[in-house]
Amino acid sequence: MSNPTYTFIFYLFAAITVFSAAFVVFTRNVIYSAFSLLFTFFGVAALYVFLSADFIAVTQVVVYVGGILVLLLFGVMFTNSIMQTGQKSEVTLIIPGTLLLAGMIGALLYTFYTTHGWMPSETTLQGSIVERIGFETMSRYVLPFEMVSILLLAALIGAAFLARFDKSGK
Amino acid sequence: MGNSLNAWSEALAGFYFFGLPLGLVIIAAIPLVFIALYSLTYGVYGERKISAFMQDRLGPMEVGKWGILQTIADILKLLQKEDIVPASADKFLFVIGPGVLFVGSFLAFAVLPFSSAFIGANLNVGLFFAIGIVAIEVVGILAAGWGSNNKWSLYGAVRSVAQIVSYEIPAAIALLCGAMMAGTLDMQQITILQSGSWGFAHFFLFQSPIAWLPFLIYFIASLAEVNRAPFDIPEAESELVAGYFTEYTGMKFAVIFLAEYGSMFMVSAIITIVFLGGWNSPLPNLGSVALNDWTNGPVWGAFWIISKGFFFIFVQMWLRWTLPRLRVDQLMYLCWKVLTPFAFVSFVLTAIWEVYVP
Repeated sequence: MSNPTYTFIFYLFAAITVFSAAFVVFTRNVIYSAFSLLFTFFGVAALYVFLSADFIAVTQVVVYVGGILVLLLFGVMFTNSIMQTGQKSEVTLIIPGTLLLAGMIGALLYTFYTTHGWMPSETTLQGSIVERIGFETMSRYVLPFEMVSILLLAALIGAAFLARFDKSGK
Repeated sequence: MGNSLNAWSEALAGFYFFGLPLGLVIIAAIPLVFIALYSLTYGVYGERKISAFMQDRLGPMEVGKWGILQTIADILKLLQKEDIVPASADKFLFVIGPGVLFVGSFLAFAVLPFSSAFIGANLNVGLFFAIGIVAIEVVGILAAGWGSNNKWSLYGAVRSVAQIVSYEIPAAIALLCGAMMAGTLDMQQITILQSGSWGFAHFFLFQSPIAWLPFLIYFIASLAEVNRAPFDIPEAESELVAGYFTEYTGMKFAVIFLAEYGSMFMVSAIITIVFLGGWNSPLPNLGSVALNDWTNGPVWGAFWIISKGFFFIFVQMWLRWTLPRLRVDQLMYLCWKVLTPFAFVSFVLTAIWEVYVP
């Protein structure tokens, strides 16, 4: 990673992530916030690539951009009063907000500076990362995996039930 | 430049010009130039000619011999057109919409192996990347549709997104069948596993008795993902004017069309790589007539994958002028009640075949 090209690309993506995330928070237009999230998610995916976590990077794009962001945009667009001026977000509770922010940043920095040995991995990865993830999911983590599947299935059935056309009603 | 795997792209990646990584830029530019050239020739001119012949017309005939220069004339016209941004449009979203759309369709070209010696990025999650990155295109369509501030555009965008998001499910499951047969998501590895002296007999489509089902499911779903007929309800001319790009003029309109032709080649290349051997020659070795050995190599590979891709684009155009457009509810019925269950069935059958038979 000492290659200047990679360093440049890393800072480019880091800047994209940070500035678009700041835009999400500071803009008063909800639609702009939602679209700006695209760049944030994409930048985070690129940072995962720099950590050699290709699979997580692609999953980040699939789940957050393809799923959550589209859902968010649909929700925002189908809200009728979206274009009204009264809908803009206001700045409230400055003092508690600042305290919370300072506390969070302090905690993160404390963890960052007191934890040692961030970079090296204990075991070197053999072969494809996808295979490893598959084996681990189907062996050591099979119970959480199945529980998540059942939870998602229940959510799916519930959503289908709620969206169902009511024959007895109008 | 040897004949080993990814020799050309690795040579390019190591090419520096005064300390600047010019080679990396060239790698990215090659698919871009390819999309531009192919949509200029085969995409626009070819589609107009094919549609004309299917309807017993002549098509463009005026500019040049057989109208060959028609596309150049169109491009000149598009370049000179006034770039109109509607007064009530959301300027920012209206402008970035086509850009995001094109980036979304172009990103997948990074993992398409154009030949045994050339691939943009040889990821070990290549196939997953190619089907996942379409998500960015969805956001571009929504930005274009919402930014236009036009009800036809918004309807077109919402329809398009609903369609792409729904059809991703059968498409992804169908491709998983191919990935299961290969045992990897690496595009080059998937292609290499389908090479052999019997040519087409090594392709995954002919390697299992169930493979035709995911192949067909992915082909149908890919038509819906690129908004081609019979699934072109997002731009249904008779009801929505032109869908999400109603308000676009000039080069922004051209960029949206480039993105559409880019996605058309992208899905055709993916179906080719997963089921029809990518850059492998389909010709078998017949005794001393070693057709397969003669027609394999980096340059031949590029020829084969591009011709196979063009064949599927031809089928897409053919279907456009053959089948009527589906209604919205019929579209969703086809996706959720026909394609998805059959995709699951083919998934289970492929798994059984892969575990127990060979």
